[in-house]
Amino acid sequence: MTMLHIDKLRRGHGTEDEYKVVELDPLPRWGADAALAIVGRPHVRVEGTEKVTGRARYAYDMRLPGQLFARVLRSPLPHARIKRIDISKAEALPGVHAVLCVENAPEIGWYRDSFVFDRTLRFAGEEVAAVAAESERIADDAIRLIEVEYESLPFVIDFQEALKPDAPKLREAGNLVDEPKVYERGHVAAGLREADVVVDRVYTTQVAHHNCLEPHGCTADWEGDRLTLWDSTQSVFDVRQQVAEKLGLPEHHVRVVKQFMGGGFGSKQIAWKHDVIAALLSQRSGRPVQLMLDREAENLAVGNRNPTRQHLRLGAKRDGTLTAIAVEIEQGAGAHMAGGEGSETAGMYQTLYRCPNVRTEQCVVYTNTGPAVAFRAPGHVEAAFALEQAMDELARRLEIDPIELRLRNYTERNQLEEEPYTSPDSLRLCYQRAAEAFGWRGYQRPPATGSKRRGIGFAAHDWGGSGYPPGYAWVKLNSDGTADVVTGTQDIGTGTRTALTQVAAEELGLSMDSVDLHLGDTANGPYAPVSSGSATQATIGPAVRAAAADAKKQLLEAASKYLEAPPERLRVRDGKIFVEGEPEDRAVPVGDVTAAIAPHMIQGRGARGPNPEGKSVRTFGAQCVEVEVDVETGDVTVLRVVASHDCGRIINPTMVEAQVIGAVTQGIGYALTEGRVVDERFGVVLNANLEEYKVPTVADVPPIEHAEVNVPDPEANPTGAKGIGEPPLVPTAPAIANAIFDAIGVRAYDLPLSRHRIFELLAAGPAGGERAEVSA
Amino acid sequence: MPKKPEVVTLSVNGVPESVAAEPRLTLLDALRDELRLTGTKKVCDMGDCGSCTVLVDGRAVYSCLTLVMDCEGQEITTIEGLSRDGELDPVQRAFIEADAFQCGFCTPGQIMSLRGLLNATPTPSDAEIKRAVTGNLCRCGAYLNIVKAGHLAVELQWKVATQ
Repeated sequence: MTMLHIDKLRRGHGTEDEYKVVELDPLPRWGADAALAIVGRPHVRVEGTEKVTGRARYAYDMRLPGQLFARVLRSPLPHARIKRIDISKAEALPGVHAVLCVENAPEIGWYRDSFVFDRTLRFAGEEVAAVAAESERIADDAIRLIEVEYESLPFVIDFQEALKPDAPKLREAGNLVDEPKVYERGHVAAGLREADVVVDRVYTTQVAHHNCLEPHGCTADWEGDRLTLWDSTQSVFDVRQQVAEKLGLPEHHVRVVKQFMGGGFGSKQIAWKHDVIAALLSQRSGRPVQLMLDREAENLAVGNRNPTRQHLRLGAKRDGTLTAIAVEIEQGAGAHMAGGEGSETAGMYQTLYRCPNVRTEQCVVYTNTGPAVAFRAPGHVEAAFALEQAMDELARRLEIDPIELRLRNYTERNQLEEEPYTSPDSLRLCYQRAAEAFGWRGYQRPPATGSKRRGIGFAAHDWGGSGYPPGYAWVKLNSDGTADVVTGTQDIGTGTRTALTQVAAEELGLSMDSVDLHLGDTANGPYAPVSSGSATQATIGPAVRAAAADAKKQLLEAASKYLEAPPERLRVRDGKIFVEGEPEDRAVPVGDVTAAIAPHMIQGRGARGPNPEGKSVRTFGAQCVEVEVDVETGDVTVLRVVASHDCGRIINPTMVEAQVIGAVTQGIGYALTEGRVVDERFGVVLNANLEEYKVPTVADVPPIEHAEVNVPDPEANPTGAKGIGEPPLVPTAPAIANAIFDAIGVRAYDLPLSRHRIFELLAAGPAGGERAEVSA
Repeated sequence: MPKKPEVVTLSVNGVPESVAAEPRLTLLDALRDELRLTGTKKVCDMGDCGSCTVLVDGRAVYSCLTLVMDCEGQEITTIEGLSRDGELDPVQRAFIEADAFQCGFCTPGQIMSLRGLLNATPTPSDAEIKRAVTGNLCRCGAYLNIVKAGHLAVELQWKVATQ
């Protein structure tokens, strides 16, 4: 079977309109009325036992014979040149097997215009040298023996400062990453003139750290000229391609394996320097080398959510109809463009509400800080904090309920491509279900009094999550009737293994116990894309289903000879093959048929087909929040959250609920406590640890209710399922900010909404807290 | 010449072990690197996150803040030692049933913290369950189900005890 047809040759990574699957048997789509036995039902994680017994082996847990441990020396200065570096004492330390730095490492390009080991260092934490030794302790000792003489250069930490003409420059060309990106439809000036009310505000959002509990890192080992990397990554195939390219190796000589990983949240979707450094140290020492970052490095060098400043003008008629959305966005990139999924803060302004006049301008700025990288719904999370607070402010000024205001600006079309959504009612359903489950009663007035004041808030969002081609899967039927499903995707902790097993078992008519899913290994399985963009289930689910259908078709052909009935009349259910219309006792176990043809093996192959033409596949959501603000301390306590999100068909309610609750939990941290703190005098991060960088603990999490939507989106793909990993983080912070306003009558425009900040706002009072509007 | 490292003898999951202990070797590194028991996780290495929690003489402790030199003669239980004869500990079963993890990296620490609690307090209150895992960070945000699993573990343990 031909699996794909290439319309035109491509350079770099393809897009779906260039690369189409054509010769797949069309699968009957699982619509709302599909009778499914396994898909749609709760199932515990198939890898649960490994995870609760400590047997799940993460990148950090590789222990190979002769393995060395690596440590990295990092720049103590935010901007410097290495004048002199001496590694001889480190090399001489007993137990040290290899030391690399700019003097002795091959010159390998990294980021857009830098090197793995660069003489110019652009942030405190940038890689200066690396040591492989017999223990992490010896490697740490060796790092301290490296002598470096730095020439300190002028630096800039704040991204708004970096835009000023006299700011210290990171690069000759200046601090702007690219030309500002402008999107425009209609005429915002006219739209603003037409408006009866204009909300004109500036919002800022902070740098947040992913702080995956397993740090970034890998274990590298060579056999001859073949390299294996056990990497904590969201994309085995991308890492393979990038590492092969950097090291000048053919792709088939690089194998990347990722079975379990301790969190990614976007930050592990590209190859980072440690992949290449570990490979070079292993090559040089002739030993396997494990290079895992320590917690400080994890907070300095491998990504963060970019800070933003968003100047938003929102114009509306008296009845709430939006006439203009105009936003100027500045966002910090850190010292380098790391690559991977972009952070399009402008995106949601263009799509969430019906509006004829929209202009977004986004400029990205270099600063002498660690590089930003995608963090769970990059861009949308930042934009929602501004847009959804502005909508709230508009609702209050117009005295319209905030949900009603959003309904008055509802769109059933993607206004970027002027295409209808495949799920035009989903966002409305999210509004309804969130409001119902929460018991939304509109805003109270006048504001609460007393020292502890309660308030409620609402926010909405959209997101992609459609999945996309290409992505592939294989199914092998074993002689005993069990099945192995193989795909090159990864389970980054989201439940992919379980949900894909359910899809395969459903299509094959086998029990969950009879199907094993294998993933995360470039040497064992066909290509699957990076696990990012909430795309994995919607990308690989259909490919797995197609592979299972292909195997089932062959199985039924074989069974038709065995049962002496035409394949069209055969059905597989509960591991047995039935002849339609005949007594159940004529059914034979699948294992009888596969045993009869063994050692011949049935192999199914499947690919992800294209997304629908002329329609737009999106996901949506809405959240209601109740908070209590202690006006004497500035403490904000989130009392409860109701989250309603459209992800098409829910394959496994347990996994989806976990994603929703987990994302809301991260959203609470982002809203209230998380934020990188940099000492701007020295350019160093002050809280690069889990003590002073405050991620939520068990004590910070209120009841979080998932108000399911669960409407299959069969036009999106044959499984009807869309993404859920990122979206539920998007509306949490603005919903909390809106609830705080409801409680205390003071609006917070700057994240995080820390106790300190709330206290300051309270001290300034409602009038002082209401930031003066910026003139249009 | 550095002093010859002392040898510490301790029991790990019921097996007598001896570790050549240089003064700064933590129990965490001894378990992971010397004894190759990698179920115990290294995350912050400074007592902030609880991922390295093990039982020392039945009590939950951070193994990253424990020097192996101080473990002479002590009985250490790690996540690998919780299940007996292939039978999962009630806390482990509860974690699977209540879906109390996503990526699973903090899970061994969470489980050991709750095991420590149940050793001392077989029927803890909701507040006691929460307090037991307050020092265990979970970046995936599985806290609500972790607390559920704590309650479920109490039930499962009671069933096992009364069988």
